[in-house]
Amino acid sequence: MSDLFYDAAPNATRVAPPLPTPRQYPAHKPANVYLFGTCVLDLFFPEAGMDAIRLLEREGIRVHFPQAQSCCGQPAYTSGYTDEAREVARAQLALFEQDWPLVVPSGSCAGMVRHHYAELFKDEPETLARARALAERTFELAEFLLYICKVEFQDQGAPTRIALHTSCSARREMNTHLHGRALLAQLTGVERVDHDHESECCGFGGTFSVRMPDISGAMVADKTRALRESGAAQVISADCGCLLNINGAFEKQNAALRGQHLASFLWQRTGGGR
Amino acid sequence: MSQRIPAVEIPSRELKHNAHDALQDRQLRGNMRKAMDSLMAKRLASMPDDFEREHLREMGNHVRARALSQLPDLLERLETNLTRNGVKVHWAETVDEANAIVLSIIRAHEARQVIKGKSMVSEEMDMNHVLEAEGIEALESDMGEYIIQLDHEKPTHIIMPAIHKNAKQVASLFHDKLGEAYTEDVDQLIQTGRRVLRQKFFEADIGVSGVNFAVAETGTLLLVENEGNGRMSTTVPPVHIAVTGIEKVVENLRDVVPLLSLLTRSALGQGITTYVNMISGPRKSDELDGPREVHLVLLDNGRSQAFADGELRQTLNCIRCGACMNHCPVYTRIGGQAYGTVYPGPIGKIISPHLMGLENTPDHPSASSLCGACGEVCPVKIPIPALLRRLREENVKSPDDPHKVMRGQGSKYSASERLLWKGWRLLNTSPLAYRAFGLLATRLRGLTPNQLGPWTQHHSAPKPAARSLHELAREHLEGK
Repeated sequence: MSDLFYDAAPNATRVAPPLPTPRQYPAHKPANVYLFGTCVLDLFFPEAGMDAIRLLEREGIRVHFPQAQSCCGQPAYTSGYTDEAREVARAQLALFEQDWPLVVPSGSCAGMVRHHYAELFKDEPETLARARALAERTFELAEFLLYICKVEFQDQGAPTRIALHTSCSARREMNTHLHGRALLAQLTGVERVDHDHESECCGFGGTFSVRMPDISGAMVADKTRALRESGAAQVISADCGCLLNINGAFEKQNAALRGQHLASFLWQRTGGGR
Repeated sequence: MSQRIPAVEIPSRELKHNAHDALQDRQLRGNMRKAMDSLMAKRLASMPDDFEREHLREMGNHVRARALSQLPDLLERLETNLTRNGVKVHWAETVDEANAIVLSIIRAHEARQVIKGKSMVSEEMDMNHVLEAEGIEALESDMGEYIIQLDHEKPTHIIMPAIHKNAKQVASLFHDKLGEAYTEDVDQLIQTGRRVLRQKFFEADIGVSGVNFAVAETGTLLLVENEGNGRMSTTVPPVHIAVTGIEKVVENLRDVVPLLSLLTRSALGQGITTYVNMISGPRKSDELDGPREVHLVLLDNGRSQAFADGELRQTLNCIRCGACMNHCPVYTRIGGQAYGTVYPGPIGKIISPHLMGLENTPDHPSASSLCGACGEVCPVKIPIPALLRRLREENVKSPDDPHKVMRGQGSKYSASERLLWKGWRLLNTSPLAYRAFGLLATRLRGLTPNQLGPWTQHHSAPKPAARSLHELAREHLEGK
């Protein structure tokens, strides 16, 4: 259809430019990576961070975790407190100066570094260059495992059914919505079931969940119902924000179902923790 | 229909309150979910090829960006060419000016009855109530608009104004208001509407319509619709008044091709609408039909404020397809009326602050999880989540910030919240403070309160882990 318009009168703007190509990944596994733990994971799901480290180490990669790291800046950024977000982002930027990949076990924090740091530093050319360089080597954990480590998991767990909740940032900002599926598909004993309105937001949205608790609550009620009705024994997600929201709602509902971080699930299914 | 319809107050400051009520309305929730699911499926079925769809969206974005880049020039060319075609062009900065123009045309013709094709700009103007107050009947002829006018409601959706109602509710409405025999047969309901409206088309002194695209090069007003009421409204009455926003102009007819394709597919999953009206002037001397006079009212109403800012200007790319609403998890749950604005949903949240001021829409930018579903489907690639974030920034600006961007900026300014974020910044820029905070939160996890404000309405209180990742990683990686 769009080919029709290429025959229109010469006009540079009438011909759409080529679409952005899918992300190009380095051909080889690096010897070193940074891990950015993220603030929610740091306090509420630290084991998921440890499992991410163990998965990377098992691939023969040395993981560096700068102790001075804190938050990517996203909560302030999405709340409109741009100056505060910028200073927190600046503090993180200074911690990852080696030319190593930055692996982030969260779609939204990875998206913040990869897509929004450049916006924060648009008026500071030198910092902008550093922010862009960091964005270039920032990867969400699932894409890093799949396309750079090229993992081939041997499932060692008992047969189970799981539902996968993919965060909106992973889906729409990082374009890593199929990566989690691909990793889980390597686990022969794991059956992934779809849930109703799978691509819909769980309702977290950071400060949205406390600014608009009624709307956010209705969204997480629908999401958790869909997950419960999916027949899954466990929920997997690669984002701790969504997990905080979904698990908090499950607990309030006295539901037996819980969500687990993708890194922990992968580690446990493939011989970890033994 | 001659009784006076009371004006509905716009409760846009009450978004949170309205949303709370709407969420309890199971009928509304069910109707909306079903309708939005169907619209999403139809859109995707009409644009199944990723490559084609994304190229078309890219093209739509470029056409709109180019039009806006030369907006003042295009508007002048539009006026010149419309005038040459015999259309009278009027400019209105505010809705009051626009209503005054429409009233003066109506008075000049001593008109008593106005029939309206669907027009969201006329909703901005609250035209129906303004005309009713002057003793002039203004009757909606789009079936959805007709239904909600009968029920004294506001449109819930910009394309499908009565989408929140199901056939049963319309059946009761027609039975109560028109005295028709009760039937839930949709065809019969539509026949009832057609019968009532058909007579009104012939009686009306003036027809009012909106505009989908105003083509500068040829002086053509494009109007798409599926019911034929748009064509009737713009050709049967002796006078046609079109009202539109200044952003609707495009450079030439070739630009319309991708936009039209995007509009009808994004809105309803249609390759093209049943009617595509191209209005290029009043009846010529040798023609047997058509209006004797055609007027165009070009309304600003805050659009030039959006235009003035390079980022916010993208708001004006909008071609009013409604796809952002259909895909929005918030809109799907609360419906359009809860927004209290003429334009609901994601586009409503980014354009209403310009039309009404942020002081009247203070909660709108925040009523989003920034999930990005709207931006993903927008046919002209408006970065809606980025603009929502930008409006949040404008909303919390200090009232004495010298950089004036928009009306009502700083409406959500709160010294205490700003202080909170400053504290958050200190915590996250000082490794020592962050470490101390982590230690406190983990060691005192037993003291986590069970009630945490709004969060614990729908969740249990989160409990920090016994040890933070910082600690675990230090031990694991550094052996200490």
